[in-house]
Amino acid sequence: MTTPLVPESLRTVTVLAGGISHERDVSLRSGRRVADSLTAHGISVELRDPDATLLGHLSETRPDVIWPALHGASGEDGALRGVLEALDIPFVGSRATAARLAWDKPTAKALVARAGIHTPRSVTLSHDAFRELGAVSVLQAIADEHPVPLVVKPARGGSAQGVTVVDDIAGLPRAMVDAYTYCEDVLVEQKIVGTEVAIGVIDTGDGPIALPAVEIVPRSGFYGFEARYNAGETRFFTPARLDDTVAAAAAAAAVAAHTALGLRHLSRVDLIIDAAGTAWFLEVNVLPGLTETSLVPLALEAAGYDLGWLYAELAQKAITDHRA
Amino acid sequence: MVTTGSQQALDLVTRLFINPGDVVLAESPSYVGALGVFRAYQADVVHVAMDAEGLIPESLRETITTLEAAGKPIKFLYTIPNFHNPAGVTLSWGRRLEILDICRSHGILVLEDNPYGLLYFDQPAPQAMRSVDDEGVIYLGSFSKTLAPGFRVGWALAPHAIREKLILANESATLSPNSFGQFVITEYLDQTDWKGQIDTFRHLYAERRDAMLSALGEYLPKLSWTKPEGGFFVWVTLPDELDSKAMLPRAVKELVAYTPGTAFYSDGQGKQNMRLSFCYPTPESIRTGIARLATVINGEIDLLQTFSGANLTTPIPTRSSVTTPPPNTL
Repeated sequence: MTTPLVPESLRTVTVLAGGISHERDVSLRSGRRVADSLTAHGISVELRDPDATLLGHLSETRPDVIWPALHGASGEDGALRGVLEALDIPFVGSRATAARLAWDKPTAKALVARAGIHTPRSVTLSHDAFRELGAVSVLQAIADEHPVPLVVKPARGGSAQGVTVVDDIAGLPRAMVDAYTYCEDVLVEQKIVGTEVAIGVIDTGDGPIALPAVEIVPRSGFYGFEARYNAGETRFFTPARLDDTVAAAAAAAAVAAHTALGLRHLSRVDLIIDAAGTAWFLEVNVLPGLTETSLVPLALEAAGYDLGWLYAELAQKAITDHRA
Repeated sequence: MVTTGSQQALDLVTRLFINPGDVVLAESPSYVGALGVFRAYQADVVHVAMDAEGLIPESLRETITTLEAAGKPIKFLYTIPNFHNPAGVTLSWGRRLEILDICRSHGILVLEDNPYGLLYFDQPAPQAMRSVDDEGVIYLGSFSKTLAPGFRVGWALAPHAIREKLILANESATLSPNSFGQFVITEYLDQTDWKGQIDTFRHLYAERRDAMLSALGEYLPKLSWTKPEGGFFVWVTLPDELDSKAMLPRAVKELVAYTPGTAFYSDGQGKQNMRLSFCYPTPESIRTGIARLATVINGEIDLLQTFSGANLTTPIPTRSSVTTPPPNTL
């Protein structure tokens, strides 16, 4: 085996993984996998948990690139990315402003809809609105306007935590409570019945391209936290079982959403394809899961990418973008 | 007989006695690590009610009568009489004698698990059940809580006939328990003031128990909880409408964790309970932790109140999709 050629500018990478969130374990697995892939590619990798010593350490060591593999709030909401921008060290993935927009699901939906992509009808409600207007009347108004099935989810957050599919309107109040425990704003969205797909979008320098769509078929019927992170709980089809025209339209929608939100390097767009073949935008992840059971690595492998090569290319792109 | 932690003794006893479908009686709630063993051998675990004085003899009698009427073979009663895990309570002396009588008269073996007995706070726990019945009781002891769990050294004191079988079963399971660990522990017991060390632990844990109880009183006065006189655990009962398992990810977000009550039942009970452990954190951290827990619990209660007019009792099919980390089985 020949040692892969590593560009002069890309010698040291710090992968950030862990953090304090319920997705910590997932992040550690993602980070370990990114680190191993980069190491196998001949790059010197340091894996760091973002703790109180991190910033001092980064200022001192100044790696060529930071590769954040942090899921959940601080990793994806732009907060940490803002700090990395201030440190003036190149990092992989979207900038803070774009990450912030994408992290807020109602904002992301509005921006994507403006770019002409379908997204399910929805209403976003703050906890305060319920307090001020009375839960019963607000819930009744929602029920009148939005027939079941509905999906109730925290406006910000990941891994389907606090998400409930409401098939019977009587379940709406409890679903609202569950979602509000994660976030003070809750999105109540029309559930589109169809094929659930996730499409990875990558950009190594020639513009964003869509990876093969991964079709998600959870055994329980609901792609919740357990179905996401326990091997065997969900079946995946890569590429998704869609006809070519529908698949191409879904891929175009994913790239358009990535572009409309101003994302860079890497993202994962979650869509539902209805019976007519229309792709509906649900949400986007600026740092998609990169574990052994995650969707983007599945798609990358299906498309024939070497993970180490791609992760190094993205790191290189981060350096190029930083210089620009 | 020396075993690889008393956990292995639990496994061996269960392997010897349980055929699939046989009944094991256990306190309500009971130790998660034992329930896992019983489940692995397909035992039918039936919980028996307890109160502040431990297992309730009358409930035991009723449960046995019902099971016998249904023709169910009851193999043994699994009990943690001292500073119970997870409930924190201690079985009174009077009840120990009464329970031994009940079990003897129904031909039910008692499996007495006593990892915490020496870790009392104010006064020693009552004598072991085994001390007054050497025929009907298998007693399990452990160095995990009084020295260190890493040695994996525990022991079973069993009636002669059972001991012979346990030794054979142990040989087939591990050939022999960790002899290096046993040498180290022997040296430790010979050469050090191990009783003095346990006194140090007792004072340390008592201080932490006090910190937890006073923080609960201060931050969550409307809840109820047990008042342990030894051991590691406080068992907290939440308002009916809260679900400790569903709440755990939210608590972790607030940087506090607990073991949901459901881990300590084989039948889905325990949603309204949580086990809090005071053995590891300092009193200051315990206060901080309880304050965070109060934020989570009060936040949930506040939300439930917002929606209280809107028929909140409807079950939600996807609640089971909330996952929790594996419980701490120590």
